[in-house]
Amino acid sequence: MSTQDFAFTPYPDLPKSHYLNVAYGLKSWLFTTDHKRIGILYLLSITFFFALGGLYATAIRLELLTPAGDMVQPDTYNRLFTMHGILMIFFFLVPSIPAVLGNFLLPLMIGAKDVAFPRLNLASWYMYIIGATFTLYALFMGGVDTGWTFYTPFSSTYSNSYVAAVAVGIFINGFSSIFTGINFMVTIHRMRAPGLTWFRLPLFVWSHYATSLIMVLGTPVLAITIVLLAMERVFKLGFFDPALGGDPVLFQHLFWFYSHPAVYIMILPSMGVISEIIAAFSRKRIFGYKFVALASMGIAVIGFIVWGHHLFVSSQSLYAGLIFSILTMLVAVPSAVKVFNWTATLYKGSIEYSTPMFYALGFLGLFAIGGLTGVMLATIGIDVHVHDTYFVVAHFHYIMVGGALMGYLGGLHYWWPKITGRMYPGFWSHLSALIIFLGFNLTFFPQFVLGYLGMPRRYHSYPEEFQVLHILSTAGASILAVGYIIPLVYFIWSLKYGEVAGDNPWDAVGLEWQTTSPPSLHNFDEIPVVDFEPYDYVEHEPVDRPYRYSRSEA
Amino acid sequence: MSNTSPWIDLTGTPGQKHEEGIVVSDSHAAATHPPGLAHHFESYEQQKESSFLGMWLFLVQEVMFFGGLFCCYVIYRSLYGEAFAAASRELNVFIGALNTTVLLFSSFTMVVAVNAAKQGNRKWIVYGLLLTMLFGGIFLGVKYFEYSSKWEHHLVPGPHFEWHGEDVGRPVEIFFCLYFAMTGMHALHMVVGIGIMLWMLRPAWRGKWTPENHNFVEGFGLYWHFVDIVWIFLFPFLYLIGLAT
Repeated sequence: MSTQDFAFTPYPDLPKSHYLNVAYGLKSWLFTTDHKRIGILYLLSITFFFALGGLYATAIRLELLTPAGDMVQPDTYNRLFTMHGILMIFFFLVPSIPAVLGNFLLPLMIGAKDVAFPRLNLASWYMYIIGATFTLYALFMGGVDTGWTFYTPFSSTYSNSYVAAVAVGIFINGFSSIFTGINFMVTIHRMRAPGLTWFRLPLFVWSHYATSLIMVLGTPVLAITIVLLAMERVFKLGFFDPALGGDPVLFQHLFWFYSHPAVYIMILPSMGVISEIIAAFSRKRIFGYKFVALASMGIAVIGFIVWGHHLFVSSQSLYAGLIFSILTMLVAVPSAVKVFNWTATLYKGSIEYSTPMFYALGFLGLFAIGGLTGVMLATIGIDVHVHDTYFVVAHFHYIMVGGALMGYLGGLHYWWPKITGRMYPGFWSHLSALIIFLGFNLTFFPQFVLGYLGMPRRYHSYPEEFQVLHILSTAGASILAVGYIIPLVYFIWSLKYGEVAGDNPWDAVGLEWQTTSPPSLHNFDEIPVVDFEPYDYVEHEPVDRPYRYSRSEA
Repeated sequence: MSNTSPWIDLTGTPGQKHEEGIVVSDSHAAATHPPGLAHHFESYEQQKESSFLGMWLFLVQEVMFFGGLFCCYVIYRSLYGEAFAAASRELNVFIGALNTTVLLFSSFTMVVAVNAAKQGNRKWIVYGLLLTMLFGGIFLGVKYFEYSSKWEHHLVPGPHFEWHGEDVGRPVEIFFCLYFAMTGMHALHMVVGIGIMLWMLRPAWRGKWTPENHNFVEGFGLYWHFVDIVWIFLFPFLYLIGLAT
């Protein structure tokens, strides 16, 4: 089965047997150990939480439309941004690419029948669901008002909200991450097809290896921290209680020891997706493959020793601050290596503006802005000036939304024909990618200005001179919401009406494109033998796509 | 690590597979798959390597989990050494030492079970597990009496806490917070371990684990030894630091 055989053949129908039609019914999903179906389970769950987190964001932006705090009470506002953060980070962004695309693609990309521990994989989804249930319980009881950072002693002693329930939820959800991380690392070590050496792995796999490392090393520290917090709150113990001589800043250290590397849990898989997309739609080998691969590992390792930049104004010593500042700038080096190498890959490539490529190019620009403002914030002098302002909010949204989410959506568009066997409409997907890009910038760029002018974060009312910028931001958020709803509609539409995509609609290399779309239950009829280098694209060869963009053009 | 299979060869070159004589085609058909080998693995070797790597990674995760607690301990002890020593003297060294011994014996019987699994001696797997559970149970029983005596002496932190020892300040309460958190987490791991051993008895007796495939027993052995090692650190950190002064 080589690509030449079917490159120009139209696809009348999906393959006879694939992972979606081998079994039907709720039970076949809830007890599945198939990595592809577990990926779908995650896809549905995190989409729900993304929508829920989005509703909170909507409420926040509506409140900030006017200077007076006239829509909700201050305490309610605290709960809004807290729940927005908790849902988006722990229940959407952290599992997004690894648990959905990673689960689905990792075994396909390395030529394996499944991940190393299929039952553990299913257990990770149940952990997610149980954790999510605790969090939803807290949410319906009124939510949490501490901010997603749970700083003590407010969270442990004074807050009058459902901190303990959410703490339990996040603790349990953490095991979902840990299980996924262990599973991916063992899978990548032990399940590669013959001939697939480390430096033949797709960069998507490399970035997931780096991500898994952080999941395994970082998440347990958050777990014990959040257990201590819950014990302090429920049993009135005093690990961080200043009255006993405890140190609340110790909580911040432990919290950020996980939560800063967690940023890399969110962005690294996205970087992997971007590498795949840029190579496929430039028809070129990725520039400096080894550097991009090792940069992922570099980010994962250095990412563990930069957490102190969250504590520049939390009574951390100046010398510690200086060291953390330098280390933080250091993490920009491997990130920049990636951005430069992607740009160099584009150079003189046969670039095709497909929908995934729209997202990848959007990522490049937005991640560059998010990353560079990160270097600004790593500079203590600037950070002291803008800490806890909208400058920080804008910075991390450029990384989280402009980086991680753009990568997730780009990946979803790139592999959707592999996952479902069908293509989504070209016009609408291009349009929504543009709307998301514009809406995103309109939402968050004004926040850089707002923050620099002194608008603090986590306030529900503000002086009148900030209103124009807040109106721009809220308008952008509305556009962004439209941009998110369109894909939701056409993805669902495509399940029934989408053009049959064929095994390799993008004419891309990589093992996942050598099996059917959707893949069969065991992924490959024969375990493939890899005798080609990664991103083995023939440069400058014109591509004749076997698919058409939409039904009407067909 | 042996390089007998290209599956575990990190630097393998293309085309090795056929030379190694691994079944390539249609190997997921259940009929051609040997017993005890999961459908997605190609060989016992691959299954074993995966199983152990997974267990070690899980233990790395556990080290980081307990690491957070030890980090708190180290910081507070360096700040409040005197209070920690005074609080530590409230613990009964004899009982701590007794429990250490009991736990070491349980590790020995665990090795007996693992060794029996290697030799396919299902009777001694069961005996080994039963003895390990017995020692684990004794440890937890002793721990129960230790905890209740702390409660009676008002040494459980919280509103109930009262300190009648030498005047070394309130950080003594932090010591007991850490004492209960650390030994509590350790005990929780033992309870989970004993639960898993209970579950293991039946398959062990029925001969599920053979010399070719006893990964579960050996992996569980690693877990049990890890829990043991955590206690080896907890014992001096909690019980012995007050002796010198």
